[in-house]
Amino acid sequence: MNFEEHAAKPLLAAAGIDVPRGRCAATADEAAEAARDLGPVIIKAQVPAGRRGKAGGIRPADGADEARTAAAAILGMDIGGHRVERVLVEERAAVAREYYAAVLNDPPSKGPLVLFSTLGGMDIEDAARTDPARVRRATVDIRAGFDRAAAQSMLEGLDLGDEAAAVADVLVRLYAAYRGNDAELIEINPLAVTEAGGLVALDCKFTLDDSAVKRQPGIAPRGTPERLTGLEARGQELGLRYIELDGDVGVLANGAGLTMTTMDVVRHLGGRPANFLEIGGAAYTQARPALELVLSNPGVKSIVINFCGAFARTDVMVEGVIDALDELEPTVGTFFCVHGTGEKEAVAMLKVRLGVEPFDTMDQAIQAAVEAAR
Amino acid sequence: MIVRGDAGVLVQGITGKQGTFWTERMQEYGTRVVGGVNPKKAGITHCTVPVYASAGEAMADGGFDVSVLFIPPLGVREAALDAIEAGAKGLVILTEHIPVHDVMYVLAAARERGTRVVGPNTAGLVTPGECFLGFMPAFTGSIFHAGRIGVISRSGSLGTLVCLNLVQAGFGQSAFIGIGGDPIIGTTTREALETLDRDPGTDAVVIIGEIGGSMEEEAAAYAATMTKPVAAFIAGGASPAGRRMGHAGAIVIGDKGSYASKHAALSEAGVTVLDTPSDVGKAMARALRH
Repeated sequence: MNFEEHAAKPLLAAAGIDVPRGRCAATADEAAEAARDLGPVIIKAQVPAGRRGKAGGIRPADGADEARTAAAAILGMDIGGHRVERVLVEERAAVAREYYAAVLNDPPSKGPLVLFSTLGGMDIEDAARTDPARVRRATVDIRAGFDRAAAQSMLEGLDLGDEAAAVADVLVRLYAAYRGNDAELIEINPLAVTEAGGLVALDCKFTLDDSAVKRQPGIAPRGTPERLTGLEARGQELGLRYIELDGDVGVLANGAGLTMTTMDVVRHLGGRPANFLEIGGAAYTQARPALELVLSNPGVKSIVINFCGAFARTDVMVEGVIDALDELEPTVGTFFCVHGTGEKEAVAMLKVRLGVEPFDTMDQAIQAAVEAAR
Repeated sequence: MIVRGDAGVLVQGITGKQGTFWTERMQEYGTRVVGGVNPKKAGITHCTVPVYASAGEAMADGGFDVSVLFIPPLGVREAALDAIEAGAKGLVILTEHIPVHDVMYVLAAARERGTRVVGPNTAGLVTPGECFLGFMPAFTGSIFHAGRIGVISRSGSLGTLVCLNLVQAGFGQSAFIGIGGDPIIGTTTREALETLDRDPGTDAVVIIGEIGGSMEEEAAAYAATMTKPVAAFIAGGASPAGRRMGHAGAIVIGDKGSYASKHAALSEAGVTVLDTPSDVGKAMARALRH
């Protein structure tokens, strides 16, 4: 779950990292009022998307009038498909230099990774290409944690002037914020050295591990929920992962891998998938609401039902599908392929209750569904 | 990790509904289940085996080699550390939705003690004709059959389908290694590939990958050095970027983790990349000149 800047920065402040004074505004007048209190400000669009600056969503303002004008221009803007509903009005710091700092979950090392670069304001991959000597990486044993000595060791040889000790301190605090908040990623870019000689986090990106939402009740409500269509939201309420696409072949399968593959083969055989919907794992008893969801999409012209049971029993899933078909009496064709746990019972049920035989292979079932959608 | 039929298997969480159901299936298939763990039910016999208060107690009593965990997400860290401390040679962690920091903690402890971990978020391991661990339909003869093809999969259901296709084409499997659908896992695609490359019972390998992360690219670098033929199917080519496709690890961010990147890396390494899993039999027949 991503956090917008205004929700992420308090996590830094709580860990003892300086952030500019500021507050959110939903109208131009609120922005003007904030600027009156804060002096020279920077006004920043709050959207869960990158490249806000390039899109014109970040502007300086001196005084209330300029702040009102700037905020009015930014509010309502579309940035990366997100409409700007509010801006963050922040005290403008006089910046001498900019750095980059981040801690993230690193699959290759199977542990946390601390990143630091003296090329602030730049993407870390770009920095590594531009001047690898100015980028430092430290893998961490999560049981031992990341202390001052580890921070100093990773920074060794970088020209940080008088700020070396303060940078090490920020890295230790950033790691604590990462660990304490179950972060997938926490990033400060840029981390500014001010003219006055202090370090301040001018921007912050924070992603909460979706699997840790339940044990982070204090911060989780401040995250930006994933943007869902009406049907997707209904799926979420039912505990189903439903993703709406623009095609016409409805897809119902069990397991993430098999569901993605069913979509892939629909496309491979010249069709267009209408959705991703999996009922694997603990959701395998949910075939009926799942089918209702697929049928609720008016674009759907045929449905492929592809089950390969391991944990999920195909007889339970097929029974739910047949119940739903009986009740909903859809006009679009359904094309089955059923293998794995419970297969014999499932196939018998299809014959007796629907009078259909499933296709032998997934490709045959999908081919038939693709043709029916034409 | 390939688990042999003589391995002693501990089931942590044996008394739960799923633990009970799948322990019975494992026993029927021939898996040598030597005990279970539930701190609240220590001392009873369940599924014909003793239930212990901890993995440590199980090790002290009769011993075990590998533990399979039927444990809810927030209990996994403690249970896994118990098994690692007890000296388990291997762990199979089936659970989905474990906080990633807990996973990293367990993997760091496992690395120090030399414990091999498979998962989390896997349907498990099958060594056809010998044993299985987890919730795979190993007992279905049309899907699993002893043979000489090793299968690595991030997905249980898709892995099952590919195994079915192999049997339909007249092949069998030396081992099925379900590595799991999480972003950070104990055994990566490359590590599983190295295991199957070293395995004298394996003549060829099928990799079932998916979008997200860079495991397929890392495996491709190793595949390029192999003499055994490798085929791969990568799920998610038709999936939109920026959305998590069911598995926590299956997400394309920007151009990272894309189908195109994985397809290119594997193709360049000489791996046969399949358009549909149904082609796996044909690809293996060609590769092994059946």
